[in-house]
Amino acid sequence: MTKILEVKDLELSFHTFAGEVKAIRGVNFDLHKGETLAIVGESGSGKSVTTKSIMRLLPESSAEYKNGEILFEGKDLTKIPEKNMQKIRGKDISMIFQDPMTSLNPTMTIGRQIMEPILKHQKLNKSEARKKTIELLNLVGIPNAENRYKMYPHQFSGGQRQRIVIAIALACNPKILIADEPTTALDVTIQAQILELMKDIQKKTDTSIIFITHDLGVVANVADRVAVMYGGRIVEIGTVDEIFYNPQHPYTWGLLSSMPSMDLEDQKLYAIPGTPPDLLNPPKGDAFALRSEYAMRIDMERRAPFFKVSETHYAATWLLHPQAPQVEPPALVIERMKTFKGSRYYVDQTGGTV
Amino acid sequence: MRNENEQEKLTPEDFERVTIDAHHSERIEKPSLSFWQDAWLGLRKNKAAIVSMVVLLLVILMALIGPHLNGHAGDTQNLRHANLPPKIPGIEATGFFDGDGKLAGKKVDLYEMKKVDEYYWFGTDGLGRDLFTRLWEGTRVSLFIAFVAAAIDMVIGVAYGGISGYFGGRTDDIMQRIVEILIGIPTLIVVILMIMIMDPGITAIIVAITITGWIGMSRIVRAQTLKYKSQEFVLASRTLGAKDGKIITKHLLPNMLGIIIINTMFTIPNAIFFEAFLSFIGIGLQPPAASLGTLINDGYKVMENQPYVLLFPAIVISVLMIAFNLIGDGLRDALDPKMKD
Amino acid sequence: MSENLIEVRNLKQYFNAGKSTEVRAIDDISFAIKRGETFGLVGESGCGKSTTGRTMIRLYDATAGQVLYNGVDVHAPKSKKENHALNRKMQMIFQDPYASLNPRMKVLDIIAEGLDIHGLVKGKTERKQRVIDLLETVGLNREHAERYPHEFSGGQRQRIGIARALAVDPEFIIADEPISALDVSIQAQVVNLLKELQEEKGLTYLFIAHDLSMVKYISDRIGVMYFGKLVEMAPADELYRNPMHAYTKSLLSAIPLPDPIYERSRVRHPYNPKDHQYGSDEKVEFREVAPEHFVLCSEKEFAEMQAARV
Repeated sequence: MTKILEVKDLELSFHTFAGEVKAIRGVNFDLHKGETLAIVGESGSGKSVTTKSIMRLLPESSAEYKNGEILFEGKDLTKIPEKNMQKIRGKDISMIFQDPMTSLNPTMTIGRQIMEPILKHQKLNKSEARKKTIELLNLVGIPNAENRYKMYPHQFSGGQRQRIVIAIALACNPKILIADEPTTALDVTIQAQILELMKDIQKKTDTSIIFITHDLGVVANVADRVAVMYGGRIVEIGTVDEIFYNPQHPYTWGLLSSMPSMDLEDQKLYAIPGTPPDLLNPPKGDAFALRSEYAMRIDMERRAPFFKVSETHYAATWLLHPQAPQVEPPALVIERMKTFKGSRYYVDQTGGTV
Repeated sequence: MRNENEQEKLTPEDFERVTIDAHHSERIEKPSLSFWQDAWLGLRKNKAAIVSMVVLLLVILMALIGPHLNGHAGDTQNLRHANLPPKIPGIEATGFFDGDGKLAGKKVDLYEMKKVDEYYWFGTDGLGRDLFTRLWEGTRVSLFIAFVAAAIDMVIGVAYGGISGYFGGRTDDIMQRIVEILIGIPTLIVVILMIMIMDPGITAIIVAITITGWIGMSRIVRAQTLKYKSQEFVLASRTLGAKDGKIITKHLLPNMLGIIIINTMFTIPNAIFFEAFLSFIGIGLQPPAASLGTLINDGYKVMENQPYVLLFPAIVISVLMIAFNLIGDGLRDALDPKMKD
Repeated sequence: MSENLIEVRNLKQYFNAGKSTEVRAIDDISFAIKRGETFGLVGESGCGKSTTGRTMIRLYDATAGQVLYNGVDVHAPKSKKENHALNRKMQMIFQDPYASLNPRMKVLDIIAEGLDIHGLVKGKTERKQRVIDLLETVGLNREHAERYPHEFSGGQRQRIGIARALAVDPEFIIADEPISALDVSIQAQVVNLLKELQEEKGLTYLFIAHDLSMVKYISDRIGVMYFGKLVEMAPADELYRNPMHAYTKSLLSAIPLPDPIYERSRVRHPYNPKDHQYGSDEKVEFREVAPEHFVLCSEKEFAEMQAARV
């Protein structure tokens, strides 16, 4: 697996009337070629800000890169001049946003909107660009593309518009595609189609995808690896199976237990108490400690470093420290762990504990 | 991913479980700020707006007390003292405002020549009236016209737009057609007609300004009403059984107040300007009444020989226009939530 | 079997009726909600589920049909007093926690609005005490009363909205997508709160949502809407175990679950309304295929479903 993007110790703040909002407080992750990395977290966890900072789409007047670097093909994206960044945006890294209604220009035909980045970044003449446009529309599953590329966005349904947005994002064969809640505004049946489309395209083009969402179902569907964010930090990162079947951080436990499962009857839902932290004055120590029933004294004092669970799985919780006491995760999480080989609750088919 | 397994010694106490009352994380640390307090914090940071407010207050203060400061009345004519240039005690030694004026191309002290002992701070006009007193009287009249006109615009505009937007349907259709007809008539023609019917004067000018002036406000208020009346907090109020009056006064108006204030802030300078324009073309206030418009008109006639007659009212009207516009801008930045974040 | 608190009979809601732009937001739907139960209404955006809720609570006038509350038609003309009484019994919780609270009012006044309108409290101290009680009921505390909505997070705002609805002691609450704008960890808080309140106060809910897993969890019975029509209605478990209408099947097959192993094998069934191939003479009706399990179907489909059951 080759690394295509490295984010190291990224820290970013917004300056507001009320003071400095520490939106990202030390984020580290790598993106490999051809994989889908899902970033999950609730609103205000910093997941959207992280990706916007990769694209440098944050308002320069208020956002400040405090520390860290974002390495893409040997260049630190936080430092290169805006002009070079413009060449990367749309060509090497492109982005899909949540709302397909507002990410398309209503006064331009969709054909022109797809052609625009092609003409800008690739040395193609008009008729070649048109051919490419029609290819792209076929790729994203818009039927009858030869005729429809002359139509305006309002003549398409919500799901089709999101397909068109994806076509624009793919126009220059980007190396990285960042999808910021691309299906949140869509209905479930349309969402399922778009997710299938994205996976399909990834297989064909080998693009790396960063997929931001708050929906764990969607994560389970699309992700190869998952990063869980809370309070401006990644608290746990691992492969999709590791995160869903062998989670280590109490926040991940909380998230997984608060989803109702289709076959569990009338049990009370587990709800994480309280409210996410205010990043204007982030708590000392572990940001989740105030809401966690597993909090220890050290959580109040110091942020936990990343502890290694496996080669691919890291979690930032003091519970993994060798001196920490063993705790029981919530019942629903134990149920999940029973199916995972490396976990201490693993029960193999014959029934014995390993 | 780097692994920061610093294996330093931690004491067992560090790993003691603590139980926290989950309600702690529900606490809100920030001080509670109402919308208006928040807006004031924003406005306070806007230096241009604050300076403008101070300047505006000074102008208003002068409009109120200025005419009484130097003992001259604004309408006393004294032909012996006609066309005197400005002379201010204290600064006269510097060579400015020393009473020197041009007579037949030569610089002479007109006060000495005409044997005038009194000081006319801003000079006198062709009839020997004290321009300092007249300037502030004129400012007072102009501001009065502007404030009254803006207030009437606001009341009519808010009521009309509010009713039209809130009740919607047929009412809205009819009311909007009326507005369209009104807006189709050139304003200046309506104004000239109004002034021909009524006696020229303050009332006539106010009526002339307001007769079409409220339309802008009514359109803004209508659009805002349409936006807010389908908001969920208004629906919630309706499901609780609130009456229309309550919904309008408790839910709609407080939310629209910001934009109403901003819009009024921009109406006032327009009204000042329009009054000046009417007076300047001679269909506004009639002599001997003074307004900034008539003063500028007077000054413009003698611009070459007595530029000071034009200078001072021109400065005041410019300062007023700039101040009101900067305050309006500042308020818009502070009150419009879209500008935040 | 408990009596029906709400009965919706052949309700129709057409916008721009009679014009070329006519939209049939609700096209002849009927259902009943029993006292104390939670009825879930699911469907995709634009299917008319929110319009149904708003029409039931009289935010819109119905084009045709009836909504009976305790046997009384809510849309029929009534005296002021009767209207007032009905307003107290039916309340609504809204979707958008940011738009549903007036940004210029203190939480105290927002929650007390219903108390003021219905004259339920005498004097300032009683008013404040009631509001504090309500805040505590929804898991907030007294110091929140003096604050403004923008200081709260989405979940806290939604709880304030619930407190406002509870202030007038309603019997029936329409929850219009109350959790779809909230984060996962907060959704559970709100759903648990709604459940607790139901047990405590014997409330009846109409729970409108597009998130089927939460609906399944909270509802006793579920109705599925598609383009203004109710296509299937059944007890929650029955609907999930044994969906019969092709649209319900497609909807269920599209929900992603937080379970990667299941996700890798999930097969999606697309739905195309043309697949029914209804003939012009076929009567498509709401028929009871199994006890309590209704499906919109033709005579032929009905027979097929019955056969498949056995």
